[in-house]
Amino acid sequence: MASPAGPTPRPRRPWRSRLARWEAKASPYLYVSPFFLLFALVGLFPLLYTAYVSVHAWSLLGGQGDFAGLDNYRRVLEDRFFWNALRNTVSIFLLSSVPQVLLALGLAGLLDTQLRGRTLWRMSVLLPFVVAPAAVALIFGNVFGDRYGLVNSGLEAIGLDAIGWHTNTLASHVAIASMVNWRWTGYNALIFLAAMQAVPRDLYESAALDGAGKVRQFVSITLPMIRPTLLFVIITSTIGGLQIFAEPRLFDTQGLGGSDRQYQTLTMYLWELGWRVRDLGMASAVAWLLFLIIVVFAVLNLWLSQRAGSLAGRPHGRAVRRSRRDAAGEGVAS
Amino acid sequence: MHGVTRDQKDDRRRVRAATGALLALALTATAAACGGDAEGEGADGKIRLTVATFNEFGYEGLIEEYNSMQDEVEVVQKKAGTANEHQDNLYTKLAAGSGLSDIEAIEVDWLAALMEESDAFADLSDPEVEGRWLDWKTEAATTDDGKLIGYGTDIGPEGICYRADLFEKAGMPTDREEVAQLFTTWEDYFDAGRGFVKKVPDVAWYDASGATAQAMVNQTEYTFEDEDNNVIAADNPEVKEIFDTVTSLSEEGLSTQLVQWSEDWVASFQQDGFATMACPGWMLGVIEGNAEGVEGWDIADVFPGGAGLWGGSYLTVPVQGEHQEEAIELAKWLTAPEQQIKAFEAKGTFPSQVEALDDPVLLESTNDFFNGAPTGEILAERAKAIEFIPHKGPKFADINTAFQQAIQRVDEGKESPDEAWESFLADVERLG
Repeated sequence: MASPAGPTPRPRRPWRSRLARWEAKASPYLYVSPFFLLFALVGLFPLLYTAYVSVHAWSLLGGQGDFAGLDNYRRVLEDRFFWNALRNTVSIFLLSSVPQVLLALGLAGLLDTQLRGRTLWRMSVLLPFVVAPAAVALIFGNVFGDRYGLVNSGLEAIGLDAIGWHTNTLASHVAIASMVNWRWTGYNALIFLAAMQAVPRDLYESAALDGAGKVRQFVSITLPMIRPTLLFVIITSTIGGLQIFAEPRLFDTQGLGGSDRQYQTLTMYLWELGWRVRDLGMASAVAWLLFLIIVVFAVLNLWLSQRAGSLAGRPHGRAVRRSRRDAAGEGVAS
Repeated sequence: MHGVTRDQKDDRRRVRAATGALLALALTATAAACGGDAEGEGADGKIRLTVATFNEFGYEGLIEEYNSMQDEVEVVQKKAGTANEHQDNLYTKLAAGSGLSDIEAIEVDWLAALMEESDAFADLSDPEVEGRWLDWKTEAATTDDGKLIGYGTDIGPEGICYRADLFEKAGMPTDREEVAQLFTTWEDYFDAGRGFVKKVPDVAWYDASGATAQAMVNQTEYTFEDEDNNVIAADNPEVKEIFDTVTSLSEEGLSTQLVQWSEDWVASFQQDGFATMACPGWMLGVIEGNAEGVEGWDIADVFPGGAGLWGGSYLTVPVQGEHQEEAIELAKWLTAPEQQIKAFEAKGTFPSQVEALDDPVLLESTNDFFNGAPTGEILAERAKAIEFIPHKGPKFADINTAFQQAIQRVDEGKESPDEAWESFLADVERLG
């Protein structure tokens, strides 16, 4: 790797040349080190410290207590609200991430065509993302009001029964997932669109010559070609989905996830333990359990997506990926 | 479960200092930075004091006045939008051991938990201010060994707010003096409600089951915990009675079956959702906002079962502050009767100071939205009727939440009253 640090001094003396060589070797590490230093400070340290807190009795106000071993973990795993929160989290995650990725893919596919006023369309799908989650929650809270909400008024107007958007477990998950989807679909669509634009156009031309329709082109060319991006979006939305907090927390005014905690997610459960029950030890244990759960889900997702990819039958996967990368390089250059 | 409390007590004694330093690092590096920034001296050599409040304390004008009165201290207010936000900030920085303001406002509901941490607050007891507040207000903030951790600001004596126009529809008296005769006991209040919903079947009698249960809980000296803070919620017949009363009234159609502060609850003000509600002074502004354009609201000088109290705050001086002496001086000034009256004029925070209760400004204040009712006088009468405040131990807030949720589950039809009571007992067991 060449040093980008301006003109390298001419090696007049041996120690200088040694220094220059050392600089060439070490400077890249120096340049990337701020990230790792910052990560160690705001990423790794809190992670390890949370682990430390989780094996102690630790009250929010009173502070550190005795070493408790895995007692906090045992208490969390024995608490029915933990399992309830895990169920809710997974349910809301599935209801949001799956339709979200599919919708975003479809949207990106449409935006990738020759539309009039392309930039306008592309910008407008990002609009929901600009709105603060708290504002989204307030608006949707009104839309999904059980008695006087917009959706239920509409349902009743056409002679259907009102739905208990807050009281019914599944309905509340759907309502919360729709908030998440509203906010994130456009964002993911733009990421997909960027990847789609890098797909070499001649592939489509050849496919069209071979008689492939638009749908067939999308499934057989676009999807395989944007697979790395697809994986990236799936993993980030997995992480985001399992950490969902603002939307369910603000879905009602108490912030505990409903009268039966029917939409309390793991992060809300963590918050309740830490800041309402004031038990930081247990809250930290939940944080670590959540971390492990996310790792498991991410690995599972990666494995599933790769399996799905190989099942789709791409004999020249590596070659295609390379050509895509080259195309992306051209795209940037042009 | 019992072990939790014991552990926590041990923790506290042992390693507070070490905790503070470490947690400060882990939780918020920024908190410490902010603290250092806000405290200490301003550019002009004045001592900078910060006062952290939430919602509306009505202190804006007072702080300006204090700043122009002297040149040693410059006071800055930090306002949090909601009580919850303020509470989270307070707890986090208490735990971190740094970053708090010189004066921190606290809500009466958190008092029990904070009294357990009374070491973190300066002793404010002072012969100079003795007798300034209603006795029970000061007693609640005084530890067993006589340390006062907070100066009272406002209190929330409750009257009953009602819709005179809906009362008329039901053929009931509408004049606030006559209405006051109707509701002296809970039985009378509920009977009137049964009559009302028969005549006006689309409108509920009160705004929320939880709020009515809360009012009754607040009139019981020991509800969820006994004198020694042992949890008695499961065996206390009074708790079961409140639960049974409220849930059966809900079946009779007296309740909106909505949750207080929910979107539907707010919307119900515009939809003629209910006819009466428990009404502390600060609620008048809430009703006026939610029921904008609705005519007929009034307030009666009565509360079922005697007197009721809802909310109210204190000012505390955390010992982590650098200028405690000046902060105590300021807190003393802010909570003096003359100042509290000005805060009342600004934002309607009802004074907890004995002298202020007779102040003509308070007694002569009226509220146009409530049909010109003499709200100051009515609430002052309500405040004088209060004889004791219920005992609230460190577990009160958590158990109360579970209690409210159990009632809510019945209202929402998620559980039958018996099932909800069983699951409440399980929740108490979990918290106990």
